[in-house]
Amino acid sequence: MNVLVLAEHDGQHLNPITLQAITAAQFWQAPVHVLVAGNALDSLLDSLSDISGVAKVIRAEASHLATPLAEDIANLIVSISTDYRVILAAHSSFSRNALPRVAALLDVAMISDALEIKADQTYVRSIYAGNILTHIQSQDTRQVLTVHSSHYIAASTHGGKAQVSSISVPEAFHKTRWISTKKAQSDRPALSSAKVVVSGGRSLGSAENFEQILSPLAAKLNAAMGATRAAVDAGYAPNDLQVGQTGIVVAPELYIAVGISGAVQHTYGMKDSRIVVAINQDPDAPIFQVADYGLVADLFTAIPAITAAIQ
Amino acid sequence: MKILVAVKRVVDYNVKVRINADASDVATDGVKMGINPFDENAIEAALQLKEQGKVSEIIAVSLGTNANQDVLRHALAMGADRAILVETDSKLQPLAVAKLLQVIVAQEQPGLILLGKQAIDDDAGQAGQMLAALLNYPQATFASHLQLENNELLVTREVDGGTETLALNLPAVVTADLRLNDPRFVKLPNLMMARKKQITTLNAAELGIDTASRLTLIKVAEPEARKAGMMVTSVEQLLRQLRDHEGINL
Repeated sequence: MNVLVLAEHDGQHLNPITLQAITAAQFWQAPVHVLVAGNALDSLLDSLSDISGVAKVIRAEASHLATPLAEDIANLIVSISTDYRVILAAHSSFSRNALPRVAALLDVAMISDALEIKADQTYVRSIYAGNILTHIQSQDTRQVLTVHSSHYIAASTHGGKAQVSSISVPEAFHKTRWISTKKAQSDRPALSSAKVVVSGGRSLGSAENFEQILSPLAAKLNAAMGATRAAVDAGYAPNDLQVGQTGIVVAPELYIAVGISGAVQHTYGMKDSRIVVAINQDPDAPIFQVADYGLVADLFTAIPAITAAIQ
Repeated sequence: MKILVAVKRVVDYNVKVRINADASDVATDGVKMGINPFDENAIEAALQLKEQGKVSEIIAVSLGTNANQDVLRHALAMGADRAILVETDSKLQPLAVAKLLQVIVAQEQPGLILLGKQAIDDDAGQAGQMLAALLNYPQATFASHLQLENNELLVTREVDGGTETLALNLPAVVTADLRLNDPRFVKLPNLMMARKKQITTLNAAELGIDTASRLTLIKVAEPEARKAGMMVTSVEQLLRQLRDHEGINL
C-alpha cells in the first residue's frame, strides 16, 4: 500500500512545507505518491518529478481546481483513496480545511499536526496549546494526518525520478463558489518558512510604531514579520502575521520577540526556533524563560540601535 | 431559518493544565471549566444574524455530561433561544462529535450550523469539516466575516498569507475564528432569564451512533521546556553573542 502526500502550491511554486511532509511520509517505507491538484500545472510539474523519495506524481488538473475548495480536494482524494493506507499533508490552513473532510468521508479518525510518527499508527501530538504532549494510537486501518512540518527536514529537490500520471477529476462541488483571494502584499519572505522572524507585541503601541520600529530591522535581516494575537487584535498588524496556537507556527534560525510578554498561546508558535532573542522592558516577562538571549530595555531605543548596528 | 450552534465545555483558557497523578491523562478534576472561546464567537455570529432579522431561532447544542448544562446556560444567557444537551460519559473525539451533530441536524433542519474553528483543549480543529462532509454540505472554516443574502452566505476566511471569500449555498457549516466578532458579555439578569429557557436532554446511546474512541491515548507527558538562556545588558553584547557564539551573520 502506498502513502499519499497532498501537495500545497500556488500554481507556480511548490510550498516548501510539502517537501517536509514528503520526508515525514518516508516513515512507512512504502512508495510515496504526491497529489498535485490545480489548473495549468505544466511549469509546476516540471520540477516535481526530481524530488527525492517520490515514486509517483499524480496530476489532477481541472479549471475548478485553480482555486481549490476543501469540498473538491476531499472528493478528489476520496476518489483515489483505495490505493492508499496513509494520506498526509503538512499542517496548514489548506490541509486543516480539507483533510478532516477526507477523514469523515472515509469514516476514520484524523490526527492533526503530528509532531512525531512513533510507529505505524502511533503518533505524538500536543494538546492545550503545546502544554501537554500525547502519544496516541489510531485504531483505524487507514490513516489521515497532518504533520508539523518544521520537525522534518525538506526532501531534496534533486535526484528523484518520479513518473507523472494524470487522473480524471470528479466534477465540481456546486454548492460552494470561490469569490476572491486576498494575499497580503509583502516583499518579505513568507512567515512560515523565513529564516529570521521579527515579531512584535502589544507594547509597540500602534500600527504606526509596529511598522516604523520593526520594519527597518526586518528589512536588514531579510526577515518575515510576525505578531502576537494581542497585537493583531489591537489592529497593529494584519491577522496573517499572527504567530501562535491559533495562528502560524514558525521555527526559524533566529526569532526576535519585541515587546512580547510570552503567553503560552504565543510561545506555542515559536518555541521550535533555533535561537530566540527577547527584548522587553519588563524583567519578569515570561518570554525571558524561553529566550536564549534576553535584553531588558525600552524597545523604542533598543530596536533602532540594533538596526543601526547591523551591516 | 434556524441556526444550530455547537458549544464545547473545556478547561478555562486561563488555567495552566497539568498531568494527573498516574500520568494517564490531563488533570481536570476541580479545574475551572468554561465554554470554548471560539464557540462564543460562533454564538455571537448567530445572534448578530438574528438581530439583522435573518434568523428565526438559535439552538445551542452541547455533547457531554450533565455538567455541560453550564455552557448551554451561558449560550442561552448570550441570547440563544433554546438548547439541546446530548448526554454521554464517553470522551468524544471529533468524528463522533460530527456524527452526533449530524443526528441533531436531521432533527432540527437548521439552515446554518456554526461551530468554533477548534477547541482549545485537544486543538484538533476537525469537527466542523467532518460534519460538513457527513452532511455533504458546503463548508467555510476559520471565518472572520459573514454576510447572509438571498439564501447565500458570503464568508471571508483567514488562510495562510491572507484571506479568501467564498459564497455558500445554504444549508452550510461555518467555523468561527476569533476575529469574526467580539462576543457580548453575559449580564446577570440575562443569566437569570436563561434559567427559564428550555434545555432538552437526549441520551447519546439512544441515537444509534457509534461513539467509540478511534484514537487510544497511550500516554501523556509534559514537553521538555525550552531552557532560559542568558540575560544581556546591552545591544552591543547581544549582537556580539549572536555573531561570535551563534554564528549569525549580522
